[in-house]
Amino acid sequence: MGQSDLILQYFLSGITKGSIYAVVAIGFNLIYSATGILNFAQGEFVMLGGMVAVSLAFFLPLPVAVAAAVVFVALLGGLLELVFFRRLRRHSILHLVIITIGLSIIIQEAALHVWDEKVRSLPYFTGNEISSMHLFGAAVSPQVLWVLGTVAVIVVFLHVFLKYTMRGRAMRACSSNPDAALLAGINIANMRTLSFVLSAGLGAMAGCVISPITLTHYEMGSGLAIKGFSAAILGGLGNPMAAVLGGLLVGVLEAFSVSVLPAAYTDVTAFAILLLVLFVRPHGLLGTPAGESVREF
Amino acid sequence: MKLRPAIGIVALVIALVAAQLVLRAMDKEYCLTQLTMAIYYAIVVIGLCFIMGYAGQVSLGHGAFFAIGGYTTAVLTTYDFSRFEAAAWGRALKQAHVFVVRQDMYGSDVLNAAPWAAFVTAMAATLVIAVLIGYPALRLKGHYLTMATLGFGLIVYKIILGSTLTGTTDGIVGVPAWSFGTVAAISGKSAARVQNYYIACGIALLVLVLLRNLVRSRVGRALRAIHDHETAANAMGINTARYKLKAFVASALLAALAGVLLTHYTGGVNPSEAGAMKSVRYVALAAAGGTTNLWGAAVVSIVLNFLSLRGWFGSYDNAVFGALLIAIVSLAPEGPLKPLGLLLRRFSGRWLAGGRSNDGAA
Repeated sequence: MGQSDLILQYFLSGITKGSIYAVVAIGFNLIYSATGILNFAQGEFVMLGGMVAVSLAFFLPLPVAVAAAVVFVALLGGLLELVFFRRLRRHSILHLVIITIGLSIIIQEAALHVWDEKVRSLPYFTGNEISSMHLFGAAVSPQVLWVLGTVAVIVVFLHVFLKYTMRGRAMRACSSNPDAALLAGINIANMRTLSFVLSAGLGAMAGCVISPITLTHYEMGSGLAIKGFSAAILGGLGNPMAAVLGGLLVGVLEAFSVSVLPAAYTDVTAFAILLLVLFVRPHGLLGTPAGESVREF
Repeated sequence: MKLRPAIGIVALVIALVAAQLVLRAMDKEYCLTQLTMAIYYAIVVIGLCFIMGYAGQVSLGHGAFFAIGGYTTAVLTTYDFSRFEAAAWGRALKQAHVFVVRQDMYGSDVLNAAPWAAFVTAMAATLVIAVLIGYPALRLKGHYLTMATLGFGLIVYKIILGSTLTGTTDGIVGVPAWSFGTVAAISGKSAARVQNYYIACGIALLVLVLLRNLVRSRVGRALRAIHDHETAANAMGINTARYKLKAFVASALLAALAGVLLTHYTGGVNPSEAGAMKSVRYVALAAAGGTTNLWGAAVVSIVLNFLSLRGWFGSYDNAVFGALLIAIVSLAPEGPLKPLGLLLRRFSGRWLAGGRSNDGAA
């Protein structure tokens, strides 16, 4: 394999992982811009999506299992908002953030007790572990195309939703100015619940498509959460579309760092990116300085 | 009113002494070992309270700072420096008693760093790292520090697991006792159990009193102003970023101090100390005690950590702390002791017509 093929291989693996980080980052941003909460349990949604789908796939056809898992996790996300965040209106954002940390532990521990600590995975959507396709000289699993395709669909869907539908516009209104949105007759509380539902559903979707490649484990959530956050910060916090760029960049940089750093230290890359961005450009690549993107949360 | 902080100290001292006497009377003095460990963990928690309650920032990296303290001590006091003995700097350090000869468990002579030197190194390392993490994250408004420290914690954990110097998954054992002359030593020997219990109590009380004085000083008032309204504090001429950074560094140093002490006490350190769950547990305990209530946090954290170390929660250990975190923060964000204390006072006021109130929750 030549040097350029190797680079392409790294690049593709980076894009694949990066697209998952992008989905986590989008989830972060959706909840953050609607509620101001940084949701630490974001990675847990990805883990739950994969786990539920794996369990359902035993007695349901794969597409049905995935769809059911996404719906289940989305509803769970909505339920969490209804039970906790809607009721705690007097609490400071700091307290709400701490509650998401608690939720993340509880979900993780519940997953440990329900599914034990074994590593699981969904079957490959098409083909199997050894089937590969040749793309510009690099070998890729068809599952990679599934991941990229799904993430692309998610991004397009979200873009259309936020830009062109009434509900999506209402959601953006809530994030840019809650008081004005309230005066315009938008039900802010419902919009917040919707942001949790969307964010959890998208996370679960990502958890399903990535499961055959990276496998699903009860502890995978916190690692994904921090990388997704790095991606969100890199893109510019509060802007779901910038998160896509951030996610892909983090993924690609991480993939290339494998050729320089020992594999055990891959995670160092994401963290270094996070700190560097905080240092140099805290509003992110596509964010606007001050005000908007560094809004108090 | 002036007497109330003194009442808190006295109540805590009485409770700690009573705990030892009761355990001795019950012939369960072996429980003091876990109690001592719980007290060292409480130092991390009250340090965290300082940054959470007074600067309004959450750190999810205190487990990592604890581990940096513990591992620096463990590595320096167990690593055999004898091959550097011939070098000029090795000789100089030996002359200065930075390196000391001791016998390892097989009876052969090894040259290790002295505990005090390891302690100084650990503190210096923590100081530098905390500034490096805190400086960029705390210049910004909001909770960037939370995520930065979470990432930092995960990295420290990975590095400890991946590096042979830190013993990978096994951690380090055989850390020597830290003796102060012939008077006292921080060690896990069962003969020194009571002595070590009181050393831990003394250090924890000292930290508590120092922090209490700090939060009632100019620094503490500035921090509280930042916590309540950062923009207003800024407008008042408070250098918010610098105060937040100082609070964060102080709190990280306390975590590292606890790490150093506990490592000497248990004679070893393992990677789970750096895990994300440990950091989250500290946050849970700080929140459970009430972040602006140093005494409450100390008491809650000693009790809960003691129960956890005695294995009361079984395999639900982490879940218990998670549930506790959610329940307390959502139901009583000021900490459970304040409403409890108010309730007690109301009852005591009703029962004793004089209205004498002596609840120790103040």
